[in-house]
Amino acid sequence: MSALPRRVIAALSIPPSVGLAVFYVWPLLTLSFRAIDGDAVQTTLGRRATWEVAWFTLWQAVVSTLMTLVVGLAPAYIVARFNFRGRQLLLGLITALFVLPTVVMGAAFLALLPDGMNQSIAAVIAAHVVFNLAVVVRTVGPLWEQLPSDMEGAAATLGASPWRVFTMITLPLIRPALVAASSIVFIFTFTSFGVVRVIGAAGTRTLEVEVWRQAIQLGDIRTAVVLSILQMVMLAAVVVWSSRAQRRYSQPLGLEPSARRMPRRGSERRQVALIGITSFAVCGAPLFALAARSFSTPSGWSIAAWTQLGRTEVRPGIRLGIDPLDAVRNSVENALWATLFAVVIGALASLAIAAARNTGRFLDVGMMLPVGTSAVTVGFGMLITFDQAPYDWRAEWWLVPIGHALVAVPFVVRATVGVLRSVDPQLHAAAATLGASPTRAWQTVVVPFLWRPLTVGATLAAAISLGEFGATSFLSRSDSETVPIAIEQLLGRTGSLLQAQGYAMATVLAVVTIALVAAVDRSHQLRTLARSTINGPN
Amino acid sequence: MAHLSVDNVDLSFETATVLTGATLTVDQGEVVAVLGPSGSGKSTLLRVIAGITAPDAGTVTLSGDDLTHVPTHQRGVGMVFQENQLFPHLTVGENVAFGLKMVGIPAVERRATASDWLARVGLAGFDSRQVSALSGGEAKRVALARTLAVEPRIVLLDEPLTGLDRELHDRLARDVSDLLADLAITAILVTHDPDEAATIAVRSLHMDDINE
Amino acid sequence: MTIRKPASAAVALMLVVGACSSDDAATIEPAAITLVTYDSFPDAETSMNEALQAFSSETGIAVEILVAGDTGTMLSKAALTVGNPEGDVMWGIDNTFLSRALNEGIFEPAARPVGAELPPEFTQLSPDGLAVPVDFGDVCVNYDLAWFADADIKPPTSLSDLIDPAYSDLLAVQNPATSSPGLAFLLATIDEFGDDGWQDYWTALRNNGARVFDGWTESYYGSFTGAGGSGRPLVVSYGSSPPAEVIFAEPARKEALTAVIESTCFRQVEFAGILAGTEHPNEAAQLLEFLVGETFQAELALNLFVYPTNSAVELPQEFIDFAVVPESSRSVGPERIDANRSNWIDTWTSLVLG
Repeated sequence: MSALPRRVIAALSIPPSVGLAVFYVWPLLTLSFRAIDGDAVQTTLGRRATWEVAWFTLWQAVVSTLMTLVVGLAPAYIVARFNFRGRQLLLGLITALFVLPTVVMGAAFLALLPDGMNQSIAAVIAAHVVFNLAVVVRTVGPLWEQLPSDMEGAAATLGASPWRVFTMITLPLIRPALVAASSIVFIFTFTSFGVVRVIGAAGTRTLEVEVWRQAIQLGDIRTAVVLSILQMVMLAAVVVWSSRAQRRYSQPLGLEPSARRMPRRGSERRQVALIGITSFAVCGAPLFALAARSFSTPSGWSIAAWTQLGRTEVRPGIRLGIDPLDAVRNSVENALWATLFAVVIGALASLAIAAARNTGRFLDVGMMLPVGTSAVTVGFGMLITFDQAPYDWRAEWWLVPIGHALVAVPFVVRATVGVLRSVDPQLHAAAATLGASPTRAWQTVVVPFLWRPLTVGATLAAAISLGEFGATSFLSRSDSETVPIAIEQLLGRTGSLLQAQGYAMATVLAVVTIALVAAVDRSHQLRTLARSTINGPN
Repeated sequence: MAHLSVDNVDLSFETATVLTGATLTVDQGEVVAVLGPSGSGKSTLLRVIAGITAPDAGTVTLSGDDLTHVPTHQRGVGMVFQENQLFPHLTVGENVAFGLKMVGIPAVERRATASDWLARVGLAGFDSRQVSALSGGEAKRVALARTLAVEPRIVLLDEPLTGLDRELHDRLARDVSDLLADLAITAILVTHDPDEAATIAVRSLHMDDINE
Repeated sequence: MTIRKPASAAVALMLVVGACSSDDAATIEPAAITLVTYDSFPDAETSMNEALQAFSSETGIAVEILVAGDTGTMLSKAALTVGNPEGDVMWGIDNTFLSRALNEGIFEPAARPVGAELPPEFTQLSPDGLAVPVDFGDVCVNYDLAWFADADIKPPTSLSDLIDPAYSDLLAVQNPATSSPGLAFLLATIDEFGDDGWQDYWTALRNNGARVFDGWTESYYGSFTGAGGSGRPLVVSYGSSPPAEVIFAEPARKEALTAVIESTCFRQVEFAGILAGTEHPNEAAQLLEFLVGETFQAELALNLFVYPTNSAVELPQEFIDFAVVPESSRSVGPERIDANRSNWIDTWTSLVLG
């Protein structure tokens, strides 16, 4: 994978590096220099409460991550290996859970939990598992799907039982993707905010919650920034480990376009059905609860929330200033731009990371950091950095999609680098022996493998933007209310109509997300089909 | 009595019917070649025999045992795949020893056996090499050694020599032929190359003869 | 990007105007200015926004609304950008945040005094007039009328009733560390039981089964029986929640579902002010004057569900029917809140959550 000329690698890594430096490193440094001094560091790190919060943050993230991996492998398996009715819907459902604003999903999830489990750590971890399944399914899936299924067949003919095939062949081969997925899930659960606040007992605090509490509720920016750096340092250690591990475990594989097929044998059908139905039940229940609430009023079922959703005048003479259609338009626009930024930057970064040695490592870790940095910190950093001409950007519309892209790029990178590293170097060598220049060989051999992970990454990026992750909720906005903001506004007011409308909008967001994911997967399938038709069935 | 018999196997995928009443018998120690163009179902036939793909109808019997519903790993059917399918996370030696490990042979013993097999296919001393460092011909030999090391009841060879240059192909074809003869093992070779079939097999069949 | 054009056009206009005004401030047309506010302030399409447009057409001062997040976020951002603010006028700093805002120096004096005619009970909270009181409301314990009627229990009437075993496991409150009504309710208890007594009260409240939520939405919609939640007929919410429940009821209704316990109410007063460092102090002062004028103040009740501080304004009928303005709400001085907030919250956390 290192056959690209040095200057091409350098050229590839410039845009992502510059983007990261300008929109992440610079704001962060500005805020840090403004807010931190030795005293603040000493006081904050000297508090016992700081370390209690850090310890809780760490252990709940480790447990959540391990459980997400174990639970997520089953749906990842059926989605990667089989075609079955409802496959795209399941993928969409799983992704929607990941993407929907946690405040909304948390409320839906809470409604489903048995009474004794309310407001407990177990409930927080269960929610983390369900909401992050998408990361495992979507990160491990692309690699698993392209693993030659004959390799498992080869192991079976050598006498390996299905379990041993899984543990001795499949698992080691998908390990780079598993490591990638676990590092993403870890980062998300380590920085968990909405789930902890809504589902956890009052006062349950991760570092992310504590940063927010200090900065917003107590107005103590100094402590907040110190805590946010502590959070980043702890996460950076994990990211460095995961980046190393991914390199170590990645094996050149003869990847195949797609080995998905209908389940054939009876046992296989039962297995797919069992996993599929369970996944549907687990992932569908919160969304179903959400939709149900949009029809529920104190005196029974009603469709009023839906019939009045497009109307801004909710009661004679009273308008809310919340325009759902406008919000959907704003959200979709943001998502398109964020996806564009994330895919372009992510693709360049992935190529550079996969091809380069040292610069690649820096970029790999660097790209991951924004996800692990407290949203308050990045948002406030941008606020005080981009405040002077010629870079007075704090009111610019594009700062929001860039903020989303900052969080989305690592997903594109993680989905792509794993596959790129696994591209068989022999393919590459073969192209070179046929007289192709290194760059040309790359284009013909490597680039075709980019499409699948890039589409996956693009879907996640769009979804992340729709769900308004990260720092942008701390940027100011002018006449550009998005769906998550509209939902929060509706659920932040009194009145059964407004509550039902909030849930109706959340349902709309869920449906849009599911449709988006299904559409991308479908377009991808069509392309794969076209390719396999051209190349013949073998 | 036939060692292997495939009786009236039907198989169709979502888009195509591949096997219709496929019937084939192979005697103990016989090496049979199955010829046919791409997409004629040769590879699928081998997968049905190995149990990797389940047939819609029909039976597969090996020395009198009905294997139709026996899972692959309990069939004792060895298979060499077109793309070798060496395990990239294991060394060459570990690849060859993989099947031995599955039947519970202790580490020391299986390492020795693997070394012997590597020597037999002309790769003495390759034990600790990485799979990714092998040339095309070497990889084929490792795949062969890995399959033969577990002494399967029958060996299935799915276009094992495609993608090699002529000279290498011919040399390897002779080596495979010698090896199979030495072991007196039952084998089915799937190929589209009549010369290769003639070199390795004692009897050649066409897919048209096998399908109804 | 069509929908963003008005905004960017306004920004462009601001730049042009700003560039000119530096040369020749006196003769140039009035500038466009920005009103920074919290997220429940509607940014378009309501009668409040129409009132602002009327202001613009009258004075020639275009007003752009910039939503900065919830009150805490808005204040933290203003504190970080003192001298180079995101806008010119800020709306919505409440009395629990007022001292912090004043200490951080986010406001500058208006070119001429604004709001001097407002009731002294409000203006005295910011004696130098830097922050102008614009609206007020209460945070009170709400109760579900039907639940108490069905259960044939008399609703509680005071804070002390809430620790009566007759009302055990009935109350939902919010964490004062993360919720604005939660903090207001804590302050109400501090006002009632004093510096030395509130701790015992909260211990008793906890022992009587009060359940704590991190945010208002979870407590009100998740738990309050009066809003379709399951479990608790008593919740800390707003004094304006009962009229809102009627106005936004689905299906529509005429009679109240919920009511407040007056003696538990804590008064929240919201303030507006001119952001320190504005480039348009004159226009900002004009806007601030307008914000406390009758036209705009008349829009507050049904848009923000708060009461106008301008006593000349008449309230809409729904408010008169269902909302209660307590005779005397509880209050704690802004300086005292600011000085003790951290300690109170820490003590509360270890008492109630620890």
